[in-house]
Amino acid sequence: METALPRGDARRGRSCDPPVLGRHETCTVGVVLLFALATCLGASAIDGFDFPDPETADRYQRLTTEFRCPKCLNESIASSGAPIAVDLRRTVRRLMEEGATDDAIRDHLQARYGDFVLYDPPFKPSTWFLWFTPVLLLIVCVLVLMRVSRRDQARDVASDELEKARRLLRESA
Amino acid sequence: MNRARLFVPVTVFGILAVVLALGFTLRDPNLLPSALVDKPFPGFDLPLLAGERGARASRSSLLGEVRLVNVWATWCPTCLAEHGELMRIRDETGLSIVGISYKDDSRQARAWLVEYGDPYDFNIVDAEGDLGVDLGVYGAPETFLVDAGGVIRYKHVGDVNRNVWQDEFVPRIAALREMDPGTENKLR
Repeated sequence: METALPRGDARRGRSCDPPVLGRHETCTVGVVLLFALATCLGASAIDGFDFPDPETADRYQRLTTEFRCPKCLNESIASSGAPIAVDLRRTVRRLMEEGATDDAIRDHLQARYGDFVLYDPPFKPSTWFLWFTPVLLLIVCVLVLMRVSRRDQARDVASDELEKARRLLRESA
Repeated sequence: MNRARLFVPVTVFGILAVVLALGFTLRDPNLLPSALVDKPFPGFDLPLLAGERGARASRSSLLGEVRLVNVWATWCPTCLAEHGELMRIRDETGLSIVGISYKDDSRQARAWLVEYGDPYDFNIVDAEGDLGVDLGVYGAPETFLVDAGGVIRYKHVGDVNRNVWQDEFVPRIAALREMDPGTENKLR
């Protein structure tokens, strides 16, 4: 039974990706390289979808770049070659054909894959950290700047008074 | 005033350390929190892997008892790694396990069950992965705990091994059965 145990990721209990090129096919190095090249060039919409008009195609393109591929850490479903991205693109297209609005499509994917799929994080307690940190940092920066400039002013006053004292000393001498 | 100032770098360091520690240890970035926990299992109408020709399953096929719904495929080495544990769970606890044959070749899936044993009550064929999308599946194996009312109570991504079973599933199943004592309670 030991020999039948799978290698690699399986030992660590990771979930697996479906094979990209057909099932159980051994693909030649050439095909893999070609595919990698195609992915590098950003040739994304290889799904063979036909759109009735350019507006629909644009909308599809815009929507699919809005969603993050769940399996590939920071790649949109438009640019990813992962099988799950293909499925999600197909889902987006189907919803578009069913006449769903952009918001409905966002809700549909968010309900299934969570906030993770949205590149634009929703505003809620668990994301407050994301939204408030820049503002907080800005406030801290302004406070520090104000203090520094006030200190400089104070130093200026001090040097004025020093100058005055020196003058007085010179005059009295 | 100047003494308080000495602590500024230490404070900044402390905050950074806490934020970074959280960032590194919160969870595996490959694991997504499931959006579907405590939501009803999505509706579907899909063919069965085995049985009579044209036999189909739907959401109502899952109702009536606590079940594991296990997403698996023959292209998935981790699924083979967890298969033995599923067989053990089935044999020792009698818990109902339903399979989803995910983006797989049905003939090979059937051959796999003959070769390694069949822990499943039945298998739903999701060849295109559409049910997978409705379930928020992004790989295999994934295992859902579904209560008698067809509500998803837990989801585990990756293999179900002995530890995962003991730590993540056993207490939840016990709690579900306590709420609904109609079902047998003989988990080990």
